[in-house]
Amino acid sequence: MITFIDEFGTIWGAFLATVSLTAVSGVLALIGGVVVATFRVSPIGPLRTFGTVYVEIVRNTPLTLMFFFWVFVAPSFGLVFPELGFWPAIVALSLYTSAFVCEAMRSGINSVGLGQAEAARSIGMTFGQSLTHVVLPQAWRSAIPPLISVLIALTKNTSVAAGFAFTELVAISQRLANRHPADVIELFVGVGLMYLLITIPLGVLASRVEKKVAFAR
Amino acid sequence: MSAEASVLYDAPGPKAKARDRVYNIVFTAAFVALFIFLAWQFYDNGVFDDRWAVLWDPPKGQEAADVWTALVVRGLGATLLATVIAAPIALISGGLLAVARRGMTKRAGIWSSVIVTEIFRGLPVLLLMFLAKLGFGWSPLWSVVFGLAVYNMAVVAEILRAGLAALPKGQREAGLSIGLSPMRTTLMIELPQAVRIMLPALISQIVVLLKDSSLGYIVGYQELLRQVKLLRDYFGVDYTIPLFFVGAAMYIAINITVSRLAIWIEGRMRRSNHVPKRPDGEDAMHEGGAEAARFTANTGYGTGGTPGP
Repeated sequence: MITFIDEFGTIWGAFLATVSLTAVSGVLALIGGVVVATFRVSPIGPLRTFGTVYVEIVRNTPLTLMFFFWVFVAPSFGLVFPELGFWPAIVALSLYTSAFVCEAMRSGINSVGLGQAEAARSIGMTFGQSLTHVVLPQAWRSAIPPLISVLIALTKNTSVAAGFAFTELVAISQRLANRHPADVIELFVGVGLMYLLITIPLGVLASRVEKKVAFAR
Repeated sequence: MSAEASVLYDAPGPKAKARDRVYNIVFTAAFVALFIFLAWQFYDNGVFDDRWAVLWDPPKGQEAADVWTALVVRGLGATLLATVIAAPIALISGGLLAVARRGMTKRAGIWSSVIVTEIFRGLPVLLLMFLAKLGFGWSPLWSVVFGLAVYNMAVVAEILRAGLAALPKGQREAGLSIGLSPMRTTLMIELPQAVRIMLPALISQIVVLLKDSSLGYIVGYQELLRQVKLLRDYFGVDYTIPLFFVGAAMYIAINITVSRLAIWIEGRMRRSNHVPKRPDGEDAMHEGGAEAARFTANTGYGTGGTPGP
């Protein structure tokens, strides 16, 4: 316990690194995911194909492979990040997570009652209008719990950045474990609790929101 | 045109058809232009030069067979080895946890299984692997297996819990009323049906397990991705792209195949008469429900019932 408290300053810094990685890539993935979800339900064939192929490939790609691509392979294509660590991690996590955001949004769109979209169309709204004025505002409600789930998964996934030159919770626990070989298990339990500190409240929030938005259809 | 999309727009009339044709041509042209632009950029960076020869005529006096042995036998072999060891452990221990939660009569038993499930599915797999490696001093292979098995055990337990909860109440009542104990009712009557309706989700979870085995790269296990890195370090940075391409293609091909298997089994089950039905004649697990439950099991807490992806 003493080691954990002694090193708490370092661990707290790493905790904030994990949180900021989650927050930035979460926002970017949300934007990207909504765009891809719109592609996937749009009437334009090539966009649908693009969305489907993107989601299918990304969902079947290991996240480590995605990181590996941006860190080691992208430079060969002429894409060089100014520095390793934060930005490659953001790009890899955002691209990976946006596929799952897309799926959450699409399930939200599918859960909106058929009559809503029909009503929108029958008063002459176009695809864009019925999506933005009628369907999406309702889809958000039922998409929020799965979106929070995606955020929880993202929190856990940020740990992969430890293997690619970014110092977050797992990377710091590895470093501290080497420094204090006698207290490894205690350190890992402590760091595990830090993760649960993010994931469990988010989970509770998700189930609260779910109860609140459960409206009659 | 898929059914879900047609909710958002009418079946096109002549005018819309003409417009859609224009859109189709414009966007296809845009994608082709983008593709050509990217290909040109790649060409400028020398992506299409003789570096691909590393796959059939590698430099430094190596044989093509050496490269492919490293990638397929050592790399893919190690990835599959970790998966094949961890998957049965995860499935069996996850099943035990789910049965304990449903069938035990002692509070302590139920709560311990709940706590184990909730804790381990909230932790990053990588943290568990490092715990085994640095905390217990295990070898890289067994660290990877530990991380994969413990995390997926919790997820499998949660998937099966959702499956057990989806069964019609009458099944349990029938078991109890003929004098079976709760544990026997769970084991003999409910579990086989729950496994059946959750089979697509359990198979998709194997894809997640296989994907996560690539975390072995970080904890020093010599799996496929690490072999790609080692070959790259040996032959030089110029050969990164062909080597990575082969490694990525292997991962994605295997995962898509297994995912398709899960979808095929779900479709087959949907058409079969031997799945549990609710009293109103609906299937106990609605379409996509197993996958939604798997998604929730991996990511969220207590968001059961939401139609997730």
